[in-house]
Amino acid sequence: MDLRPRSHPTYLAFVVHRVSGLLLALFLPLHFWALGSAISGEAKLEGFLRWTENPLAKAAETVLVILLAAHLAGGLRVLSLEFLGWRKRQKDMVAVSAGAALLVGLLFLLHVV
Amino acid sequence: MAEPASLKVSVWRGGEDGSFARFEVPARANQTVLDVVTTIQREFDPSLAYRFACRVGMCGSCAMTVNGRARWTCRTHVRKVVGEDGALELRPLANLPVIRDLVADLAPFFDKWQRARGVFQPKDAPDGAVPEDFAVVPPASGARQEADAGIECIGCAVCYASCDVVAWNPDYLGPAALNRAWTLVNDVRDGARQDRLDAVAGDAGCHSCHSTQSCTERCPKNLDPSSAIAGLKRTLFWDTLLGRR
Amino acid sequence: MSGGTAGAERRRRAAARGQTHLWAVQRVTAMLLGIAVVVHLATILFAVRGGLTAAEILGRTRGNGAWLAFYTVFALAAGLHGAIGLRNIAAETIGLRGRGADLAWLAIGLVTAGFGIRAAYGLFA
Repeated sequence: MDLRPRSHPTYLAFVVHRVSGLLLALFLPLHFWALGSAISGEAKLEGFLRWTENPLAKAAETVLVILLAAHLAGGLRVLSLEFLGWRKRQKDMVAVSAGAALLVGLLFLLHVV
Repeated sequence: MAEPASLKVSVWRGGEDGSFARFEVPARANQTVLDVVTTIQREFDPSLAYRFACRVGMCGSCAMTVNGRARWTCRTHVRKVVGEDGALELRPLANLPVIRDLVADLAPFFDKWQRARGVFQPKDAPDGAVPEDFAVVPPASGARQEADAGIECIGCAVCYASCDVVAWNPDYLGPAALNRAWTLVNDVRDGARQDRLDAVAGDAGCHSCHSTQSCTERCPKNLDPSSAIAGLKRTLFWDTLLGRR
Repeated sequence: MSGGTAGAERRRRAAARGQTHLWAVQRVTAMLLGIAVVVHLATILFAVRGGLTAAEILGRTRGNGAWLAFYTVFALAAGLHGAIGLRNIAAETIGLRGRGADLAWLAIGLVTAGFGIRAAYGLFA
């Protein structure tokens, strides 16, 4: 694929939105399955939570939080274009949503580490 | 950017499975990409096929892929797009069948304008008769401003060639046809609103657009087809929700 | 327009109606998620301070009807939103299209949501 005509901010925002959406959609059943383990008792849930304390799981959690925040912020931008007709300043909104996603990821890291 | 003494131009020759031919063309001040193509055809290879008419950005016939991007070549100065080494790569427009060399077949593009009901249908005279009186359309009204925002399309197909959704779904109507439909949806004199909204709904229509805004980014007339498509989505959403369809 | 193309256009418009509804579901769930995800992220950032324990989580969720109602709506919206998104990706990348595929994606979305609601109920009861 020729990347030369695909480098404007709103295109990059689309790529981020699609990749984050795909990964989150694949993660969702896993998430529900893990939470469902709580049905079989507090001990099982506690065991799962202890397992997630390994650094790799924490890193994956941080990535997921950033993906979720990025998909949220990018989605709000798309909704503002589609439902409110905010056609101006789309590029600024891309920048703001990227910043918001990274900020949420940073806050998560600060709280978790 | 300082202009190199000569341009190294790669020009697409042949059909879909063609290849690049290379030409060394003298660089001149203020030349457009179309000037370069004309120089090649007149002085190097008279068999080169390309398309142009007005040369002043009105007719929409000279669009090509220049260094990877769809552009109107008659209004594109070489110095704005050429690489530092004088490299210029010219292909026919993407997302369309190649007839030969730099000429793409625009038939699918214009067929989709028809499918999107891109023809104005007078409300007062469905049979094509001349209405008795002039329609009064306040220029400051919201609907007219929406229509005016998209009305200057010259049909050059730059947006269509730049759209990934067209590449992914050959049935997709594309930015230009949908932009045209949106101008007519906002035309108070038009009587085919319902039929047109039906024609532009669904996966082959506005609902496949992902707002990458490549169309808006590339439109040489600075139109905003992406927002027009968003307008169609919005209108169809409320019409569907409120049972107006 | 010949009879054949008129018939094809009628069928296309009938299919487009269903596709429009899928798009509308995608956007309505997006609006719900727009609120729910903000709440969810805020909860995450609040809850992870000092580490997560099962007792702490269950203390928040057990017998909390408002919490259950919120996560039921959240799971339903997320399941449907994700499935319709996957549908669009599958259509555009591997050409998986058609009414059968659409119904299958809807079913996947509802089953996913069901698992989410089951998990939420497990934390509530």
